[in-house]
Amino acid sequence: MSELIEIEATINGRDRSLEIAPNHTLLDVLRDQLGLTGTKECCVVGECGACTVVVDGIPMNSCLMLAVEIDGRDVTSVEGLATDGHLDALQQAFLDVSAPQCGFCIPGQLMSAHALLQSNPDPTIDDVHEALGGNLCRCAGYLQITEAVLVAAKAGKE
Amino acid sequence: MKEFSYERPESLDEALQVLAASGSETEILAGGTDLVIAMRDRYRQPKVVVDLKRIAELYPTLRWDGDTLTVSAAATMTEIANDPGINKHFPALVEAAVVVGSVQIRNRATLLGNICNGSPAADTAPPLLAYEAVIVVAGPGGQRRVPINDFIVGPGKTDLQEGELAIALELTTPTRMLGGAYERMTRRKGTDLASVTLCATVDDAGVTQVAFGSVGPRAFLRTDDTGVLADPAAPKEAKAAVFEEIFADASPSVRSMRASPDYRQAMLRVLGARAVGRAIERLQELQGVS
Repeated sequence: MSELIEIEATINGRDRSLEIAPNHTLLDVLRDQLGLTGTKECCVVGECGACTVVVDGIPMNSCLMLAVEIDGRDVTSVEGLATDGHLDALQQAFLDVSAPQCGFCIPGQLMSAHALLQSNPDPTIDDVHEALGGNLCRCAGYLQITEAVLVAAKAGKE
Repeated sequence: MKEFSYERPESLDEALQVLAASGSETEILAGGTDLVIAMRDRYRQPKVVVDLKRIAELYPTLRWDGDTLTVSAAATMTEIANDPGINKHFPALVEAAVVVGSVQIRNRATLLGNICNGSPAADTAPPLLAYEAVIVVAGPGGQRRVPINDFIVGPGKTDLQEGELAIALELTTPTRMLGGAYERMTRRKGTDLASVTLCATVDDAGVTQVAFGSVGPRAFLRTDDTGVLADPAAPKEAKAAVFEEIFADASPSVRSMRASPDYRQAMLRVLGARAVGRAIERLQELQGVS
């Protein structure tokens, strides 16, 4: 067993001290060490986006990152969106337009959309397509997912 | 993933010391979008992984000094795509950087990592060849500068020696007026590896450079100084004959599942004509010709 590495990171708004095995990905640590199973494991080669989390405001594939790399960083996973048991506007919009079908890709879709709206609160449909281009939906619910992001953006403006 | 020890040097000196001590079973981690997959699939099993993202000398990641842009080993594809100076002077590089993987991949993948990984299909290899990038390599004996055409060797192979680290890539704004364009062919729009990659540049002296990849063990750079490709009025047949010479070394793999050799050869010629056409248009815009 190689040596564990101590790191400090903010995860969903909470400062954590963690002991990390160097050969564990961020996805491994979120799911298996922290019990944050909202982030999904799927292709593990960076093609599907199901494992997307937001690191320092930037969406990334957690399957392609070593967990030790988040030392000193701020990580948001899908569990970090809702506050006090209330869904955030984006999650609510996904529900309102019935964007989730099987639901497996939705945490990743939400995190890509969340990062988009943080940096661009008034996206065009092309902006949404580009920002969510790295998130596959096997149910092919792309129309509803795109609509949900636009609905959330509109709600945010009001 | 097999176990390894993780090193995170904070200076270039420290990084070189770590590399000197760690020996041959060492991998460099920048964006990790190739390395982490390779380690998980166990076709790379390093004993030591050296993460270069905390090396102080690599920041800021993009630096202009007169006509020379230094892109550090920590610069991501997203940074390349968003930089106004790179968009102005090296638009074909931006066209290549912006189609790598997905948003998530481009936020992590580095430009230099794309070259050091040594994939024959690397999107950014053709524009960097055509723009004549120079790789800055740091090693125990100091630094050396290697033209990218000499740095790229073959599949997974570069000129990088044990104990060395590619720390940056230099691009110099062209001395002549130069139009450039990048084209690629993929099976689908979205996250995919390219079946053909191609960049063309045309300058105001009539010299055309064509760099192309994914059709052989490495990306190739070829030059046409007859003026035929650069001439918008040259007959199609004359251009086709020049392209046949330029693409003589293309030897697409018969084993690839992405496209057959015949299809790649045919598409190489289509993309070549398309990229040269767009490069000429860009040159004419610079020249103020409409």
